[in-house]
Amino acid sequence: MIATIRLYFNRLLPQLIALGVIIVAVSLVFPGFLNLEIQNDRLYGSLIDILNRGAPVVLLAIGMTVVIATKGIDLSVGAVMAICGATAAACITSGHSVAATLLITLAVGILCGLWNGVLVAVLDIQPIIATLVLMVAGRGIAQLITEGAILTFNDPGLAFIGSGSFAGLPMPVVIWLVFGVLIAMLVRRTALGMLIEAIGVNRQASTLSGVLTPVLLIAAYVLSGLCAAIAGIIAAADIRGADANNAGLWLELDAILSVVVGGTSLLGGRFSIAASVLGAIIIQAINTGILLSGFPPEFNLIIKAAIIVFILVLQSPRFRTAFSFLVPARGASKPSERAAK
Amino acid sequence: MKIAKALASATILAACTLGSASAADLVVGFSQIGSESGWRAAETTLTKQQAEQRGIDLKFADAQQKQENQIKAIRSFIAQGVNAILVAPVVATGWDEVLQEAKDAEIPVILLDRTVDASKDLYLTAVTSDLVHEGNVAGKWLVDATAGKPCNVVELQGTTGSSPAIDRKKGFEQALSGHDNLKIVRSQTGDFTRTKGKEVMESFLKAEDGGKNICALYAHNDDMAVGAIQAIKEAGLKPGKDILVVSIDAVPDIFQAMAAGEANATVELTPNMAGPAFDALAAYQKDGTAPPKWIQTESKLYTQADEPLKVYEEKKGLGY
Repeated sequence: MIATIRLYFNRLLPQLIALGVIIVAVSLVFPGFLNLEIQNDRLYGSLIDILNRGAPVVLLAIGMTVVIATKGIDLSVGAVMAICGATAAACITSGHSVAATLLITLAVGILCGLWNGVLVAVLDIQPIIATLVLMVAGRGIAQLITEGAILTFNDPGLAFIGSGSFAGLPMPVVIWLVFGVLIAMLVRRTALGMLIEAIGVNRQASTLSGVLTPVLLIAAYVLSGLCAAIAGIIAAADIRGADANNAGLWLELDAILSVVVGGTSLLGGRFSIAASVLGAIIIQAINTGILLSGFPPEFNLIIKAAIIVFILVLQSPRFRTAFSFLVPARGASKPSERAAK
Repeated sequence: MKIAKALASATILAACTLGSASAADLVVGFSQIGSESGWRAAETTLTKQQAEQRGIDLKFADAQQKQENQIKAIRSFIAQGVNAILVAPVVATGWDEVLQEAKDAEIPVILLDRTVDASKDLYLTAVTSDLVHEGNVAGKWLVDATAGKPCNVVELQGTTGSSPAIDRKKGFEQALSGHDNLKIVRSQTGDFTRTKGKEVMESFLKAEDGGKNICALYAHNDDMAVGAIQAIKEAGLKPGKDILVVSIDAVPDIFQAMAAGEANATVELTPNMAGPAFDALAAYQKDGTAPPKWIQTESKLYTQADEPLKVYEEKKGLGY
């Protein structure tokens, strides 16, 4: 048990260090960063803002991790967010109940995932091209639903998902925590995760050894679509409106970046959902930190890029071997762990 | 790509056949950029309304954000021998050739909402708003509203580097200069969107002592202001009272916020660019009076005193 926890901790160590460094750096520039207080029956402060504002990218990163583990990629998630946000707004304004709205919207997300999955698994189109189709067409579909305008709604039930709170935490945070734990349990408490990794390492070999490759591939894209649907609902509920032009714009890139910062290889195979979630939180911590620091907006993207390059360099195998003498304890513990196994 | 082209030419064709069905004395072609935003949709609606009111036969072509489609549309208008052409140019460069063709055919061209980098004698006039002036009007309102009391202002900028963001910032700062009671304490980009407006306002509120240090918000567009208003409410403050809210564009949703007392003022970027254009055209057709090369549209200020709910009802149906 302790060995598994230590293994897990070792896996997440670079991400935890990066997050820690960013939090310390921001709190040096802006001293009030770590303040937490209770306001309107929920925790309130910059740290909570990071968890809350990061919700859409965290959700997208969960689905993206599984897709990338199969050696795929899903470029359509930003556009699917826009479609689902538009669907939710259109349903609620045309008089459906909140429950019906959520069900229809999630179904639309699943349908989008199914489309991608069939293109990749059945028609054997390369994932980057297959999902590019929906990435380009999706925003058009969303605009058709909203008729080009920002579709606003005032339903308190749907708005609760974006700005309500549960157990002292903002609702989006509760949603991604619960959903993330559920999906992580699903793939790690069963053989599912291993089968997904097998497909990513060698699709043909796994098919030949009896893995239902097409079904699992489709399931991965469906999960990604479902994640995008939840993210889309949160984004729309947050501003009480569906903005087809801007909802989820470029977030597919942030999601892919989260997975990469989380240390999962784009070549497929081994993956960690927890690490990707941490990756998404790191990116949001950078964003929030830049906003609080008060630098002119022209610097936003440059600062973000510089920090991310730094994190990626930290993770690179060459850098690690070059500086491994700095952490002799960890290097020494590895053989003994292997022996214990 | 091919499908998009086919669709575009199909819309042009459809627009042409529909247009030629009714006989009118003046035929005007209108090449619109596309439906990139709610404001543009409203501009299209108002242009059609204005044409109908004046008995002008308007041929409408949607370019789907592509210059090549606009050039094609203008060439087809020339071939049909329309009396005048309205263009909302999608980019600034590359118009010389097709504008020369229109000039050779003696068809006056009027630019709407944006200008082009071409010789001024290639078009009749350009009808646009003055972005610097808009920022100025917003700034003047704040100067009057605070009446000399010290006031810390936070600013939500548009997309970094875009001309509305640069000019609306410049105009606002011009209006504030010389009034030392007003200080811009924070300025960040909200990318013209509600989501970013809300997120950036949340960080402003945290950074300025829970918002107690902020007395006014200036947003470069209404959408960011609408997002920021929600952030202010969620922080337990009253937008419109604890923090004054002034923004630009005058989209319908900001009038709802004004009616609820949550926003204070907005400066209109009028979608009625066609009205002044048709007026100039009528004068030109009648006795050949050439209008000035630039017709500036009015940047009207709306406050809570201007019956915001009534304006909301008027604007709601325009397609914003």
